[in-house]
Amino acid sequence: MKRTAMLLTAVLAFGALMWAQNALLINGAGATFPYPIYSKWFDVYHQKNGNIQFNYQSVGSGAGIKQMTEGTVDFGATDGPMNDEQLKAFQAKRGSGILHFPTVLGAVVPTYNVQGVSGALNLTPDALAGIFLGKITKWNDPAIAGPNQGVKLPAEDIVVVHRSDGSGTTYVWTDYLSKISDEWKSKVSKNTSVNWPVGLGGKGNEGVTGLVKQTPNSIGYVELIYAVQNKIPYGSVKNSSGNFIKADLASVSAAAAGAAKDMPDDFRVSITNAPGKTAYPICSFTWLLIPEKFQDPAKRDAIKGFLKWMLTDGQGYAEPLSYAQLPKEVVEKEKKAINKIQ
Amino acid sequence: MATANPTLPSAGPATGSRSFLSKLREGDEIARLITFLFATSVVLITILLVYELWINSALARQKFGLHFFVTQVWDPVLDEYGALPFIFGTLMTSSIALLIAVPLGIGASIFLAELAPARISDTLQFFIDLLAAVPSVIYGLLGVFIVVPLMRTVIFPALNKPFGYLPIFKGPSYGVGFFTAGIVLAIMVIPYIISVSREVLLSVPRDQREAALALGSTRWESTWKVVVPFAKTGIMGSIFLALARALGETMAVTMVIGNTPIISASLFSPGDTIASVIANQFTEATGDLYLQSLVALGLVLFLLTFILNGLARLLIVLTTQKGSEVTNR
Repeated sequence: MKRTAMLLTAVLAFGALMWAQNALLINGAGATFPYPIYSKWFDVYHQKNGNIQFNYQSVGSGAGIKQMTEGTVDFGATDGPMNDEQLKAFQAKRGSGILHFPTVLGAVVPTYNVQGVSGALNLTPDALAGIFLGKITKWNDPAIAGPNQGVKLPAEDIVVVHRSDGSGTTYVWTDYLSKISDEWKSKVSKNTSVNWPVGLGGKGNEGVTGLVKQTPNSIGYVELIYAVQNKIPYGSVKNSSGNFIKADLASVSAAAAGAAKDMPDDFRVSITNAPGKTAYPICSFTWLLIPEKFQDPAKRDAIKGFLKWMLTDGQGYAEPLSYAQLPKEVVEKEKKAINKIQ
Repeated sequence: MATANPTLPSAGPATGSRSFLSKLREGDEIARLITFLFATSVVLITILLVYELWINSALARQKFGLHFFVTQVWDPVLDEYGALPFIFGTLMTSSIALLIAVPLGIGASIFLAELAPARISDTLQFFIDLLAAVPSVIYGLLGVFIVVPLMRTVIFPALNKPFGYLPIFKGPSYGVGFFTAGIVLAIMVIPYIISVSREVLLSVPRDQREAALALGSTRWESTWKVVVPFAKTGIMGSIFLALARALGETMAVTMVIGNTPIISASLFSPGDTIASVIANQFTEATGDLYLQSLVALGLVLFLLTFILNGLARLLIVLTTQKGSEVTNR
């Protein structure tokens, strides 16, 4: 009896504490790729505005869009913009539109394990498409050897590694391949998971990295942040201006700047193979998905406040975590778009 | 109960309601009711599960029908889905696992139950129970760091060089694939087979052994010809338990199978299983048809488990009859 009473008191005390705190809880779900920066943002923002608490679950872009459409969360997050069908489905179910807000940028890099090669390989779009289509099967193929004069490439079979789980990383990678190869576009196309012509599947960035590390003469693709943090070697990719560019924050920002001029009003834009001399060709924005209409004005104002902060002070937290900041033009455009939220 | 009633002197004159009340007071009726509810809840959960799988796969069932079972394509872009490579992979990995685990597991359980001194048997049993409690992701890591490199550098060359002309040993080997997944699964299910089989063997009545020994059989003859056949049903039960775990295992398989939906006769080919593809693709499946096809795969796995369990029970019935014939003769 005594123990039960104590337990009851504890529960009541805890409940009272939660009641007293009375924070406005805003739920979100979606992309895993920006999770480190989002959790940092939500934490810092909560410290500054104690009455607002964000709860973000990194369940994946697809699940984020699904939960948004079903109305189980207040906002979503995705690595690939919602397509027209998904927008229609949202409109039909929730009776309002949805707004995309780019938050930061990320890139996807080719990583490999080739015997006798230690430095960065130069990879052309044709070589990457050929390898992932299964048409280029040897490492010493002229398409790979051509731009890598002086590197001794083995006459071994190429082992292709891709993601086995659906992911925004795969979306960006296949979006790029679709842009630079007509054959890829017609045969495979772009999606968070596709019907791969060749290769082994690894679960998550760590699964792909593990397979590439273990399998001699293999090539795969991972997020830039993952490659940087885990010190994984990765190659340079030839961009639309014909320069071989290694992915880093500067070259990713350059790609975003190149795309910023033609930014559409709904921010749904692909910046793979972007113009610009120093632009890295395989990168993407990541977006927050915010409904146009909120039932609860308190939640609406909280989200609007957060978006404003994210676009100004919040951007400063991006680079220490290896995310590229938004270009100024995009920030200005987004600030105007915030007013659309009702 | 009916036969027990007349022996109770007070039961005769008591009316129905009073006997129910008195039973209630004794707690029998309450216990019966509660345990009945618990038992039916299991059935209800199963029914609910099948119902949910059935309802949530309606789109896929309407669109693909029975073709779902024989289609080899799995293309989220074109929205075309077929289960065949995953069914193949699930059956292939589970078969390999059982082929390895059954002889090993039963052999070990015979040693532990019949031949080993009690102290050694109990100590080993402690470690086996420990193995059964290890989470599957740990077995996956074991597979990734030990079995995969070993497969690529040792086992594959050893089998491919002399027998490479046989389709089942054809290369190339990436280390990951059906065989690797089968080995990891075998390691995972062996503790189940050993634990259950040992218990069953230990519960064989002592007089069975003594009778066999008295008739002049050796220790091994009494074990193999009397004790093991006596415990056959229970041993089969341990194998089903192992099979069920092998069919449904997700994490460890995903980590070592290569996640490629292809059908190949080669043991070294990468593949994919039903449980693994669901775990991989469910969170990012956006289209309705895509999602429902994954649920339909779940339904297929349920069906597969159901059929295999049915076949296994049939096997028990058949072999037990055969066994009793032998003992009758």
